[in-house]
Amino acid sequence: MLAVEVSHIVKSFVDKVVVNDLSFSVAQGEIFGLIGPNGAGKTTTIRMMMDIIKPDSGDVTILGEKLSESTKNKLGYLPEERGLYKKLKVIDSIIYLASLKGMDRHSAEEKANELLSQTGMLPHKGKRIEELSRGMGQIIQFIVSVIHDPELVVLDEPFAGLDPVNTDLLKGMLFDLKNQGKALILSTHQMNEIEELCDRILMINHGRSVLYGNLAEIKSKYRSNSVLLEFKGEMGEVPGVTEKRTHKGYLELVLDGNTTPQQILERLVSRGMVINRFEVATPPLNEIFLRVVGKAHE
Amino acid sequence: MTLIVPIIALLLIVVSQLVSGIAMPTVEIATIGYVDELGGFQQYTSQGSITLVRFDTPGDATDALIRGDINEYFVIPPDYISTGVINRYTLEKQLAASPAVTTVINNFLTSNLLAGKVPEATVARIEAPLNLVTTRLTETGAVAPEQGGYGALIIPFVFSILLALSIIFSSTYLLQGLGDEKENRLIEILLSSVSARQLLTGKVLGIGAAGLVQVAVWAISAPLLLNLASSSIGGFISTIQLPANFIVLAVVYFILGYLLFSVISASIGAISSNSREGQQLIGVFTIPLLIPLWFTSLMMFFPGNPVWVFFTIFPLSAPVEVIMRLGVSVIPAWQLVASIAVLVLSIIGILLLTTRVFRTYLLMYGKRPSFGEVLRNLRTG
Repeated sequence: MLAVEVSHIVKSFVDKVVVNDLSFSVAQGEIFGLIGPNGAGKTTTIRMMMDIIKPDSGDVTILGEKLSESTKNKLGYLPEERGLYKKLKVIDSIIYLASLKGMDRHSAEEKANELLSQTGMLPHKGKRIEELSRGMGQIIQFIVSVIHDPELVVLDEPFAGLDPVNTDLLKGMLFDLKNQGKALILSTHQMNEIEELCDRILMINHGRSVLYGNLAEIKSKYRSNSVLLEFKGEMGEVPGVTEKRTHKGYLELVLDGNTTPQQILERLVSRGMVINRFEVATPPLNEIFLRVVGKAHE
Repeated sequence: MTLIVPIIALLLIVVSQLVSGIAMPTVEIATIGYVDELGGFQQYTSQGSITLVRFDTPGDATDALIRGDINEYFVIPPDYISTGVINRYTLEKQLAASPAVTTVINNFLTSNLLAGKVPEATVARIEAPLNLVTTRLTETGAVAPEQGGYGALIIPFVFSILLALSIIFSSTYLLQGLGDEKENRLIEILLSSVSARQLLTGKVLGIGAAGLVQVAVWAISAPLLLNLASSSIGGFISTIQLPANFIVLAVVYFILGYLLFSVISASIGAISSNSREGQQLIGVFTIPLLIPLWFTSLMMFFPGNPVWVFFTIFPLSAPVEVIMRLGVSVIPAWQLVASIAVLVLSIIGILLLTTRVFRTYLLMYGKRPSFGEVLRNLRTG
């Protein structure tokens, strides 16, 4: 059963079409990336999945059911900005919001303590939300979004404001959730996070789908003919290389259309160079993003 | 907040007692001079604690005034009988002569004018001719159970003020809560867990319950405070008689009025981008709430006018209007039924309408929609 199935959803506000005939699906046990430039319609799409707003047309099916009040309890949502009561204590906030999702007080408290200690936040549980730093608040927000054991979790910029330690911690927890068979939708601008975590992605621009599918496949489709090289020795001119780009710690050789990476490797080795690293480059998602989105602006 | 009102009432009672104790001397002893240019005013110069002293000329009287022998004096001019004018002279700066002095001079003049021409008892009657006792009869000619009177208006006034206070407090809380939740994006989390209708209904009922507790505290503390009030105020209030069903109606209308304004606050909170804007809008709505108070005196003298029927049924002014009318006249049952029905329907109606617009506007941070836009969205909802 698919965790989420979105079918031809359309949403307009006043006279502007914000989401234009979008369709995609997310499977259970997968981390799905939702990317796009600012104003593309990501947040609106997420809100339609969370039943915060309703689409003008089209369907959203969560775990085989149409969205309703009962399916809401199976969803977890981590919004882009802090969504907590400033004056309430950490533990009270978590328990209250968990109860809105149908958890009883006792289990909520137990699970809250468990998650708090897992994230190292237990010493702060009696503090008021406004006393926490941004990163700590983000973690509490995360706990709120998963405490009721939802089948689908949507995270909007979850790593914003986290230090490397907490980022790593959060990534670990996301992988745990994935292995438990949950579906995760990750919306972010940080392409490196998408590359690290996601299996499939959807890129939207101006409310339409521009890239959709398996991440590896997409990257290979956009593969430019380059190799990445770390070496010792003199290289000089190598036939078949149209451009040499210097990056931090390595060199990128852009090949012409007729030369394969294998041929370059042979040519380099035959010159007696010591090759420490030879990699067929697939462009970073960042580049693909810029390319796809940049095209739209032309 | 709830306790502030009884505490303030207590303070007011204490302060007013202290001040009136100091400002009003219990016994006024004074000497008043007079110059009789007409003649015939010699008797009745000793009236209780005030003594009248005759002077031959205004000049003598003025001297005595300056010397401090007398507090003030008045002159009876030769044409007094036809004009009725008495000239009074005093060193003090006053708005008017004190009631005691006015009475004394009045009685002095009347008694002297009638002396010898009319028996003593009749003179006394002429000085205080009217002591009106009104009894209201029912249609069958029996004595009516409630007699009304000015005192009966005090309770409605108090009711209206309490209602207005509660509404202002509660709408502030509601608007602030909604404004904060919008600002904090909490609204997204809440709406991802509950429906808009559940959220709104919950807020209104919650505020409603809080308001009831508030009123209960006030209602319980009121009799206690009244006992502490000075005997004059307390005695006055105990002469107020109100219909037995008044209490029931007061409670009903308080709750309904409160709920009505709570749902209005919720809908304003939904479309305003922050709590300050919302509070300005709510102010507009409190005007119809308090309008009946402006027309109090008209209502007292012309209770049968159909304008009051309109105010009774119109939901925003109904609570205050009904309670005030009950103080001066009887309201036909059909009007009460219609009024309550309209109130209940308005409350439910506004709640449903708000739910429709809620989603659209809750997430429009920073933009306040024009009235036309709101209407359009209501229709497409």
